[in-house]
Amino acid sequence: MAELLRLATAGSVDDGKSTLIGRLLYDAKGIFEDQLESIRKTSEQRGNPETDLALLTDGLRAEREQGITIDVAYRYFATPRRRFIIADTPGHVEYTRNMVTGASNAHLALILIDARKGVIEQTRRHAFLSSMLGIPHMVVCINKMDLVEWDQDVFEATKAEFMDFASRLNVHDVTFIPISALRGDNVVQRSENLWWYEGSALLTHLESVYIGSDENLIDPRFPVQYVIRTQMGEGPDFRGYAGTVASGVLRPGDEVLVLPSGMVSHIDSIATADGELSEAFPHMAVVITLSDDVAVSRGDVLCRPNNRPSIVTDVESTVCWMDERSALTIGRTYLLKHNTRTVRGAVNTLHYRLEVNGLHRDETAETLGLNEIGRVTFSCTEPLFVDDYSTNRGTGSFIIVDPVTNGTVGAGVIRVMAVAHASPNVVFEGGSLTRERRIAALGTSGATVLFTGLSGSGKSTVAAGVEEAYVTSGRPAFMLDGDNLRHGICGDLGFSEKDRMENVRRAGEVAKMFAESGALALISIISPCSADRRLIRRLHAEAGLPFFEVFMDTPLEECERRDPKGLYVRARAGQIPGFTGIDSEYEVPDDAELVLRPSTGSISEQISLVLSLIEGVLGD
Amino acid sequence: MERVDSVRLAGGVDGAVSAPHGNYRLSHLGALEAQAVHIFREVAAELERPVLLFSGGKDSIVMLHLAKKAFWPGPIPFPVLHVDTGRNFAEVLEFRDRHVAELRVKLLVASVQEDIDAGRTVEDGNAKSRNRLQTPTLLRAIRAGGFDAVFGGARRDEEKARAKERIFSFRDQFGQWDPKNQRPELWDIYNGRHNKGEHIRIFPLSNWTELDVWQYIGDEDIDVPPIYLAHRRKVFERDGMLMASSDHLSPETDEEVFDALVRFRTVGDADCTGCVESRADSIELVIAEVAATRLTERGATRADDRISEAGMEDRKREGYF
Repeated sequence: MAELLRLATAGSVDDGKSTLIGRLLYDAKGIFEDQLESIRKTSEQRGNPETDLALLTDGLRAEREQGITIDVAYRYFATPRRRFIIADTPGHVEYTRNMVTGASNAHLALILIDARKGVIEQTRRHAFLSSMLGIPHMVVCINKMDLVEWDQDVFEATKAEFMDFASRLNVHDVTFIPISALRGDNVVQRSENLWWYEGSALLTHLESVYIGSDENLIDPRFPVQYVIRTQMGEGPDFRGYAGTVASGVLRPGDEVLVLPSGMVSHIDSIATADGELSEAFPHMAVVITLSDDVAVSRGDVLCRPNNRPSIVTDVESTVCWMDERSALTIGRTYLLKHNTRTVRGAVNTLHYRLEVNGLHRDETAETLGLNEIGRVTFSCTEPLFVDDYSTNRGTGSFIIVDPVTNGTVGAGVIRVMAVAHASPNVVFEGGSLTRERRIAALGTSGATVLFTGLSGSGKSTVAAGVEEAYVTSGRPAFMLDGDNLRHGICGDLGFSEKDRMENVRRAGEVAKMFAESGALALISIISPCSADRRLIRRLHAEAGLPFFEVFMDTPLEECERRDPKGLYVRARAGQIPGFTGIDSEYEVPDDAELVLRPSTGSISEQISLVLSLIEGVLGD
Repeated sequence: MERVDSVRLAGGVDGAVSAPHGNYRLSHLGALEAQAVHIFREVAAELERPVLLFSGGKDSIVMLHLAKKAFWPGPIPFPVLHVDTGRNFAEVLEFRDRHVAELRVKLLVASVQEDIDAGRTVEDGNAKSRNRLQTPTLLRAIRAGGFDAVFGGARRDEEKARAKERIFSFRDQFGQWDPKNQRPELWDIYNGRHNKGEHIRIFPLSNWTELDVWQYIGDEDIDVPPIYLAHRRKVFERDGMLMASSDHLSPETDEEVFDALVRFRTVGDADCTGCVESRADSIELVIAEVAATRLTERGATRADDRISEAGMEDRKREGYF
């Protein structure tokens, strides 16, 4: 079956975006002859000897006249492996809202950089917005390589420049491809000119990037959209709750909790016009019937009694403002539409306005104008049932509607703080020593590296090597070993699932403080659950600290052969229940910055790889 | 009803729902269907008086099929509206009446001819078709019915101005579209708020392509008017297109009429819709033909869309479909 991949491109005519899209469409047969003929004629009338492929995507009169993209256009093409929807979005700052419109549903963001110009403001804005919207995959095409003599150094320098910015964002999967859209190098076919590049061509990458794990299948959330009541012949009346699964997997027989009423029932059936289903998963539009006669209406959410969203009236969010006529203002009331629920919400606090280019926070800001981004708390008249956007796009997003003009004036992504993040009434003591002053005075900036992998995979060995290389060259670094932590700060924890999670969380929080202080924190911990690793990543992203995940991908057989602490022998003998790799699952990361395997090289080579990853971002 | 593990969802293939332990992903047609169903339900829940534009063409037939699925097992909670130019193919009108009767939906007809007869619309003697005349009749019908949501079958792949339009597309009290001032539209959250007299055009098939529509018709076994399949007909050539000789359109003296095996790719007025030579006399063959074509359906067969570079944008601004 063909899968659907939605990708968003941003940029303007001069970075070659239209040429690139034109080439992808043409080579994949997404352009028809009459369309091509029509733009060939128009190009000719304008005295342009070459067919201007931008005319293909710029569908509005004003766009063709001004030679820029103003609003998002959608284009469709298919290869035998995948169907693609391209949201071709504008790059100019004044059309940010249109870019966000096109990118909100994307699986993948395609960013174009002109090799001659390197990373520019537009690149940074696009990268930031893609990260804010939680687009799971990013492809950075460094274009016009023909104009820099196919020089690998230019490519590497641009890549480092981009990573310097991106490491401060919440971006997991970035792929860099050197291309020449005009000549077609590395677009559909691998290029001879770029012989030194070892990855695949753009189209091959788009066809193969793994998007299966992007959905949240863990947390069942079913916002009720529409109640269907109808008489069924002689039998009892049919009453079902129609809606689209926001996340998680639902099955008949599942116990469900209805919010806000708190009533509990069971799923009796998952119905569709084509018959009943044995399960429903994200994006499926279905009708659910319950086994009990409980009151449910539009705006309610079905979840599990032991897995429910946060019920909030104070909504913490990052907002992109989209209205040119009025600014977001403290104290003003708007309508917040979240899933199938619309509530009134007043702007309670504008914590800061974010300057996207340098990620500076202006805490004195009192309004957010068109295309500005800021951290906002809304106080709502009724509760919303929300999850953090980074773990649940479906229940973590909302739009802001002006109740007077009815226009959509903004969009927000919801932040839900991790478990017990701040005890009430404790104000974080920042003092006047800013991070900038600290870095300037100490001459070092901090970061955290998380080494994850099975017991015996070599985490601590490599981490200790990195620590030593750092410290002997006069830079502060400290290793936080999962087992050692258990003797002190985590001495109160056992090995239940909850305690293991807490162990990882504490390691992350402590590492964050080390990194904040200017040191390199090296966490060596099995951390088998991707949710826990994501949490540590998020803690750092929120604090604006660089974070790297290194996955020690050593096969189980090899770990077991090494068995440095004799743990595998004991686990196999049944003496250690729940041992990762034996009778407890290790969730393989798909967003690690670096994967090290025994085949990658010797221990010292692996240490060098980690060092160059860190130094590529922090500098030497 | 029996509960089954492998259910036939849109896309027809058992693979629509992937293996139980694999990744839970819809097929691309399954995803398009789910999005459309979501849109129908959202409109029914949030807007007061929706109506669905039904021409008897393949896109509006698919729309109606999706509406049926969205509200199953209940009835479709809104009527359908046909803007009748008086120049329709007889086969399509016959199909329209049969189809709405089968689905038990209420059919409203807004007649361009009646507007001309009543002097509400003036026919331009030089105009080649009644295409532009549909707009005032449509807007009058929307006003008269007090409709605040109007479903249309337009797809973004059809034309470059349509490629720019939102799924919920706001119309002011004059029915006009302002392409430079469209509401942002993020995720699957739609804003249908409006004041009295304004309305929202809703396009559930926005992300479908012509090929998707045919594959879906094939998978779901949906009935379409016979003129979509290859049949013998008297035709003549005009402006590089094959036109059917009919009550609505007769050849000029220098235009030679001949017998050909043809089918229609779009169904518009008989006086401005061309046909293509084709042997595709089954849905399967139509799918194969559409998959291999190098011409868009509108470029190939619609005289009304060949007006100018911005023809569609201008008509849409006025309130056209």
